[in-house]
Amino acid sequence: MFLRGILKKISQINFGLMSPEDIRKMSVTKIMTPDTYDEDGYPIENGLMDPRLGVIDPGLKCRSCGSKGGECQGHFGSINLARPVIHVGFADTIHKILRSTCKSCGRVLLTETEIFEYKTKIEHLIKNEESLTSIIKEIYAEARRDKCPHCEEEQEDIKIDKPVSIVEGNYKLTPSEVRERLEMIPPEDALILGVNPEVAKPEWMVLTVLPVPPVTVRPSITLETGERSEDDLTHKLVDILRINQRLKENMEAGAPQLIVEDLWELLQYHVTTYFDNEASGVPPARHRSGRPLKTLAQRLKGKEGRFRSNLSGKRVNFSARTVISPDPNISINEVGVPELIAKEVTVPVYVTEWNIEELKEYIKNGPDIHPGANYVIRPDDRKIRIYEETKEVVMEKLEPGYVVERHLKNGDIVLFNRQPSLHRMSMMAHEVRVLPYKTFRLNLCVCPPYNADFDGDEMNMHVFQTEESRAEAKSLMRVQEHILSPRFGGPIIGGIHDHISGAYLLTKEDSVFKEDEVFQMLLRSKLPLPKKTGNPWTGKQIFSLLLPDDLNLVYKAEICRKCDECLRNECENDAYVVIEDGILKSGAIDDKAYGAFSGKILDHIVKEYGTDRAREFLDASTKLAISGIMIKGFTTSTNDEEIPREAKERIEELLDKAENRVEQLIEAYKNEELEPLPGRSLEDTLEMKIMQVLGEARDKSGEIAESYFGMDNHAVIMALTGARGSMLNLTQITACVGQQSVRGGRIKRGYSERTLPHFKKGELGAREGGFVHSSYKEGLDPLEFFFHAMGGREGLVDTAIRTAQSGYMQRRLVNALQDLNVKPDGTVMDNRGVIIQTMYGEDKVDPAKSDYGKVVDIDKLIEGMRIKSNK
Amino acid sequence: MPINLWHENRVLGDFVQELEKKVVKIIKKKKANFPESFIQDITEAAKRHELTDKELTELVGQIKKAYERAKVEDGEAVGTVAAQSVGEPGTQMTMRTFHYAGVAELNVTLGLPRLIEIVDARKKISTPTMAIFFEEEFRSDEEFVRKMANKIGKSTMKDIIKDFNINYAEMNVIVELNLEKIEDKRLDYDDIIARIEKAFKRVHIDNNILSFEPTTSNIRELRLLADKIRDLQISGVKNIGKVVIRKEEEEWVIHTEGSNLGTVLKMEGIDKVRTTTNDIHEIEKVLGIEAARNAIIHEAQRTMEEQGLTVDVRHIMLVADMMTADGKVKSIGRHGISGEKASVLARASFEETGKHLLRASIRGEIDHLTGIIENIIIGQPIPLGTGSVGVVMKQKK
Repeated sequence: MFLRGILKKISQINFGLMSPEDIRKMSVTKIMTPDTYDEDGYPIENGLMDPRLGVIDPGLKCRSCGSKGGECQGHFGSINLARPVIHVGFADTIHKILRSTCKSCGRVLLTETEIFEYKTKIEHLIKNEESLTSIIKEIYAEARRDKCPHCEEEQEDIKIDKPVSIVEGNYKLTPSEVRERLEMIPPEDALILGVNPEVAKPEWMVLTVLPVPPVTVRPSITLETGERSEDDLTHKLVDILRINQRLKENMEAGAPQLIVEDLWELLQYHVTTYFDNEASGVPPARHRSGRPLKTLAQRLKGKEGRFRSNLSGKRVNFSARTVISPDPNISINEVGVPELIAKEVTVPVYVTEWNIEELKEYIKNGPDIHPGANYVIRPDDRKIRIYEETKEVVMEKLEPGYVVERHLKNGDIVLFNRQPSLHRMSMMAHEVRVLPYKTFRLNLCVCPPYNADFDGDEMNMHVFQTEESRAEAKSLMRVQEHILSPRFGGPIIGGIHDHISGAYLLTKEDSVFKEDEVFQMLLRSKLPLPKKTGNPWTGKQIFSLLLPDDLNLVYKAEICRKCDECLRNECENDAYVVIEDGILKSGAIDDKAYGAFSGKILDHIVKEYGTDRAREFLDASTKLAISGIMIKGFTTSTNDEEIPREAKERIEELLDKAENRVEQLIEAYKNEELEPLPGRSLEDTLEMKIMQVLGEARDKSGEIAESYFGMDNHAVIMALTGARGSMLNLTQITACVGQQSVRGGRIKRGYSERTLPHFKKGELGAREGGFVHSSYKEGLDPLEFFFHAMGGREGLVDTAIRTAQSGYMQRRLVNALQDLNVKPDGTVMDNRGVIIQTMYGEDKVDPAKSDYGKVVDIDKLIEGMRIKSNK
Repeated sequence: MPINLWHENRVLGDFVQELEKKVVKIIKKKKANFPESFIQDITEAAKRHELTDKELTELVGQIKKAYERAKVEDGEAVGTVAAQSVGEPGTQMTMRTFHYAGVAELNVTLGLPRLIEIVDARKKISTPTMAIFFEEEFRSDEEFVRKMANKIGKSTMKDIIKDFNINYAEMNVIVELNLEKIEDKRLDYDDIIARIEKAFKRVHIDNNILSFEPTTSNIRELRLLADKIRDLQISGVKNIGKVVIRKEEEEWVIHTEGSNLGTVLKMEGIDKVRTTTNDIHEIEKVLGIEAARNAIIHEAQRTMEEQGLTVDVRHIMLVADMMTADGKVKSIGRHGISGEKASVLARASFEETGKHLLRASIRGEIDHLTGIIENIIIGQPIPLGTGSVGVVMKQKK
């Protein structure tokens, strides 16, 4: 349970082929009977469930090793095959080897000099542990000769008939003949053919003995009805045994060659499917129900296979999963854990003289009262469950050296994760806050890195079980250590939605608060209270309380309208933010200040004042923004998208004009008066021009609508401060939805020569091509609605495909790059020791610690230096 | 990669050079070990702000401090971070294959499909395109550029035909050439005639009226012949189709559909430094592996930026360096890097599990367990980050 130091380390794993002798030596029994249990339910001796193969039931002892069920890993048995069969996995290799060797003398079809050359090359490659694949491919191609250079024998062409038949000329070689030929190959030649004589002989690729895996590998399950259901592998082994038996009997009885060959072929089929039930050219062996059997290769392969599902990843204890919900009152570093979960997942604590009293208190609380304990582990590793009845006794016995598994409590470090874990910020360490109810609670600022929302998302929590892991998590994985994203060196954690609009309402130009309101807000944000003056406060004054005293910063806010000439301090939108010595002199606070992905102030604070200060700033500023929004009040409805009648008329007029223009364009096209754009066909030109006209029409109608929107409109505040939504969204609601697109253009297909049966054939005007003239608020007519749904559906399909594609790309990228490592001298090396970069990123700078990719902003540094020296 | 403006500036005067020397001296004095790019940045900033020597010294000191803080830590899992940083924005990219980027007339693959194409190191990319720049003296010479464009771009008979008739009675095709168009396209008349004569044996030329006869007299043949005549290529570089000429900031640039860097670079008047293609394999073939690496970085970053996503260059650099580390462009995936890993377990756990295990057994491969995934599989600490160092406690005597 505790990492008690590594006693032994695996230094290498050697791969090799098993010889028939190895298999026999390893085998504890020969398997002969194709049955598993007799009528009384006892395993049959020499059957597939032979008790010597190991035990599964706890309580029974293994007949081979004497250890108890659960401890015995099982022992292999073996089946002597009546006739040899080819191993499917090696059929291809066998074919290539036979093709490259002489049929009479067994030598490679290469001259002595060639053999020598290749041998030196291969030995060189083996010494350097490089891949042999390409050179062996070359040898296979080179050694395809008509005549043996050693014994002058003419060679016949050898083909492979998938999956395992090897045909020479017109004669199909039996596995026995194949094996004989492989036996002839001398070890030196085998090496050249890709079979390392130290661990494998070519003839071992043709099986004469089949290992039978222990029962632990293929446990049978007992159904509720008392019926036994055998594992797929057992089924397959039964088949093999049955045919093997029949083949043997027939051979002994001297049956006709034809029958023997048929049985032999059948045996080959069963052994083939036993290894790989998806081999090409073989009908898969099926279960009685028609389901294809899951045999050896299927067990290892793919996402649900042994490698990816059981070796690279494992199911773990001490984890919890539930729905998430927001809690603006906890810190970004914290996670709210339901009491129910806190009582289930535990933290092991060593009992020492210093904490024994505290731990006794937990045991006294028992498993049902919150800061309690569930188990006690004695120094002899016995685990004792604490019950309400036994807790007194356990408490008495507690002494240093024991381990108590106590409930999760406030301040514990846990790992919190949301799938898909696309980047390292998808798994961060949080501090526990045990809270009532049944959901995990998280601060809204950590939504962007997890990409979480609260429409039913669930997240996982893992509790660290060792001191080392806790220490590592606390210093490397805590949320505050991940405010800056390594992707671009800017903040990825920051204010969202109401934090942004709240801060804007708080700090905008004429925002003034009564002093008691201010004190209420400061109290709510857990900020130190200043002395009362009796004067009203401006929002900017309140926000300045959060800023470090020596902070100097100038930037343009999100609400900046990008005027041609910047008025700087006199900006009429209050978009020119100036912070001098920690005082917000001008400018409103919005997304650019402390929003996720773009917060300048936040970014500056993390980089200059460290992560602790940044966390404090974020916790306080978001709370302040929320209290600000609560005092000012904030709401939105479709009334926000209301425009006067005259505006509607103007828009109507504009759209009519545009539609007429489209008609004109079509007319010009039909009369062949349209001038094609360079490099475009006439049809394309028309399409592009129509798209352009309609696009402009939508934009213009939007501009008209926008001109009636002011900064007193809450929907507009949200759009312009970057809190949520965009001006486009608003104009689509108010003025005109615009062109719907499918496959990157207007809608063209559907019926022959028209998009819907409601139109005339051949017409492709604005309406016919999917231009939605109405606004969302007005409502779409049925045809527009249909086109809109077409566009919407494409978007959905697109997203579904994209997630699959980008997921696979990411898996490949991670797999290719995961072994890279920065060495102390700044070089990047992979695990072979190959240098990939001589200096990481050409300057050794960690993007996560950089300022948007730069070490420092030199201009900012110089300005800062000059301000300082001027004082 | 964009050209280095710095070197252009250098021509402006010795002032900059002297300043640079000064910067180098100060850096040496401060015992700061800066990468090359820093020296340039500092010199430029010093020039821009007209820094005094004292200020410069302080600046170097400050940068040194910042650099120490921003350095990567030993053992950092830079590979995984790079892979995640490149892969994670993939979910936010568009699927729409075609986009009009920059040049409205040309289609270029962008977004996720393009990124996958780059990472896959595809031999045949879906939309190869070139940007051809010209040497200084020809940059503003529209006439020259137009001539080059016609030389590079593909023209067919269709483009220079005034009149086209299929005469079913006499079983021939009569074509009248449009001399004006030939002139307009700056093509050579004799050259065209030579090409036509080479392609069609049975052709009769009378001034600019050409009459073609099919080999066998039947209507099917005649029609096939007519199509063949229309599609006969009369000028252009192999593999290049349409070309578009554009004026970009006071200079003429040719954009092409299709790509053939090797041939174009050999042509007269071409700026060999800036002319480029988006086909990475072609760049590797023509300009070598270092250029291919730069091309991968440039293309990947352009794809990201076009989608409005910011990814630090260092991540993309690492991906590009990994792809080109062995001297040839390798793909990321089972046919490239992942398929050539040293460890059997690493390969088996990625893709094609059975193949790798079987092959390892006859080859007698040895897995030295130096990678990440192998150590995870056997349950040992991984040799990265905190797992790559040990802690020894000093024993008190």
